[in-house]
Amino acid sequence: MSLELAKTPAAEPAPRPLLEVRALRMRFGGLLAVDNVQFDVRRDQIFAIIGPNGAGKTTVFNCIGGFYRPTTGTVMLDGQPIHHLTSHRIARLGLVRTFQNVRLFKTMTVVENLLISQHSQLETRLLPGLFKTPKYRRAEAEALDRAAFWLEKVGLLEVANREAGNLAYGQQRRLEIARCMITHPKLLMLDEPAAGLNPQETRDLDRLINELRAEHGVAVLLIEHDMSLVMGISDEILVMEYGRPIATGAPAEIRRDPRVIKAYLGEE
Amino acid sequence: MSGFSLLEFIQQIINGLTLGSIYALIAIGYTMVYGIIGMINFAHGEIYMIGAYVGLLVITALGLFGVDSISAILLATLAISILVTGSYGWTVERLAYRPLRGSPRLVPLISAIGVSIFLQNYVQLGQGARDVSMQPVLTGGWRFGPEGDFQVYLSYMQVLIAVVTVVFMTSLTLFIGRSRMGRACRACSEDRAMANLLGIDTDRVIAVTFVLGAALAAVAGVLVSMYYGLVNPFIGFMAGLKAFTAAVLGGIGSIPGAMLGGVVLGLAESFASAYLQTEYKDVVAFGLLIGVLLVRPTGLLGRPDVEKV
Repeated sequence: MSLELAKTPAAEPAPRPLLEVRALRMRFGGLLAVDNVQFDVRRDQIFAIIGPNGAGKTTVFNCIGGFYRPTTGTVMLDGQPIHHLTSHRIARLGLVRTFQNVRLFKTMTVVENLLISQHSQLETRLLPGLFKTPKYRRAEAEALDRAAFWLEKVGLLEVANREAGNLAYGQQRRLEIARCMITHPKLLMLDEPAAGLNPQETRDLDRLINELRAEHGVAVLLIEHDMSLVMGISDEILVMEYGRPIATGAPAEIRRDPRVIKAYLGEE
Repeated sequence: MSGFSLLEFIQQIINGLTLGSIYALIAIGYTMVYGIIGMINFAHGEIYMIGAYVGLLVITALGLFGVDSISAILLATLAISILVTGSYGWTVERLAYRPLRGSPRLVPLISAIGVSIFLQNYVQLGQGARDVSMQPVLTGGWRFGPEGDFQVYLSYMQVLIAVVTVVFMTSLTLFIGRSRMGRACRACSEDRAMANLLGIDTDRVIAVTFVLGAALAAVAGVLVSMYYGLVNPFIGFMAGLKAFTAAVLGGIGSIPGAMLGGVVLGLAESFASAYLQTEYKDVVAFGLLIGVLLVRPTGLLGRPDVEKV
């Protein structure tokens, strides 16, 4: 005990993790979909949840994002409990997500999709909008600038005025990420971002996620099946099976963990 | 039976477009509300009826004060009717539909029918069940064609209806297409849960939708009371049913669809009255609806509904 105290300087307490998930449990009737999951995501971390189909990964996401109210357990963002909040309040606190099946406004243009997600930061009173006051115009111009910045970032600037539903699948995925990032989130949750992408697009995605963290200081929590992506990008991995966490650690440890190998490959 | 007369045909087009403008204005209220909350607001016909009453009362009152400029009467009547009817729209949404949000689809439908019956009786109690009439405000028109033969008659009132309708439709289209609130409306109609997640106050968007729909119904009401000079508490039922038909015909949820559906329905009724018999116009109108739905279940301009997984 005293030895450990001597190691860590007393003046620098470990910073509180951005996201703290504790004893999370989600029950649907007789099915225990998530059982006693806990983990932390640090501010600068890329954290992955992996596991076979039906392991409860998306359910964990839905509990964190406020789509489900967990049966028991707590979720804290920046020290603030969020497990009882609705999803849009959670989004306003800086936790945003993408979906396994891309959920864009498909009949709206690419740039409109990015303007919509800035809606709550923009003034929407009817009269200024009707008369296009200078303030309204300026705010709209700034929103457009931010949209252009993110479109450039994800390589969609040249398709800005196309209908989102007409984009290629990989482009739609990147647009969904841009739509999240434009709100300056603290934590970005990606639900299978590489699903349906070709190897080149997956490499681009890998680079994009790393850039988001490095340049925009966002922590990333992702669910992914593509092992090449997960192992290369993650700082820490949580492995789930049948709703339970079976291992947590750095990619190198996870790769060697016999329980993980068993869960994925079955017993010899 | 005389042969086909081009002039008569043109006359039917004029009459059909006039009627169609009215249907289209009301139909937009149905289609916008359906587009956002997936509910048929069966009280919308009554909202239109209230708009017509307010219009008639304001015009009569202005007449008592000696206002006789057509543009002053029109602007004042439209403004007052839109304000009053819009607040009815807002109140109905707030009291009868918002508390039921998230309940099974049948529940708000029944609530809507309840509101419809309530409003009809409320107006009957306040204004009496009989026709209320007034002197026509705008009379006269143009005649085209040879003397002594069939002449095409285009009344000033018909022109006014067309102009006012085009002005309001254009404003609505610009509002939906260009403004931030309009953008939020489109987002909500595509995926309300997602819009809510992105921080859009969806309850506010829904309220705006009801108010806009009611405002356009008020415009239709004012125009009708000026055109026929006659209202009663029951005009909302048939007009509502026809406008709903127009909305479905055009593709419910689609605003251009409601406009097109209204015009198509108006023309169909006008031709049916002229070339068959007046009694057949409703048969043709609803028959047309069934015919179109058999071939195109999504309506003329409706998008097929893609099931989300």
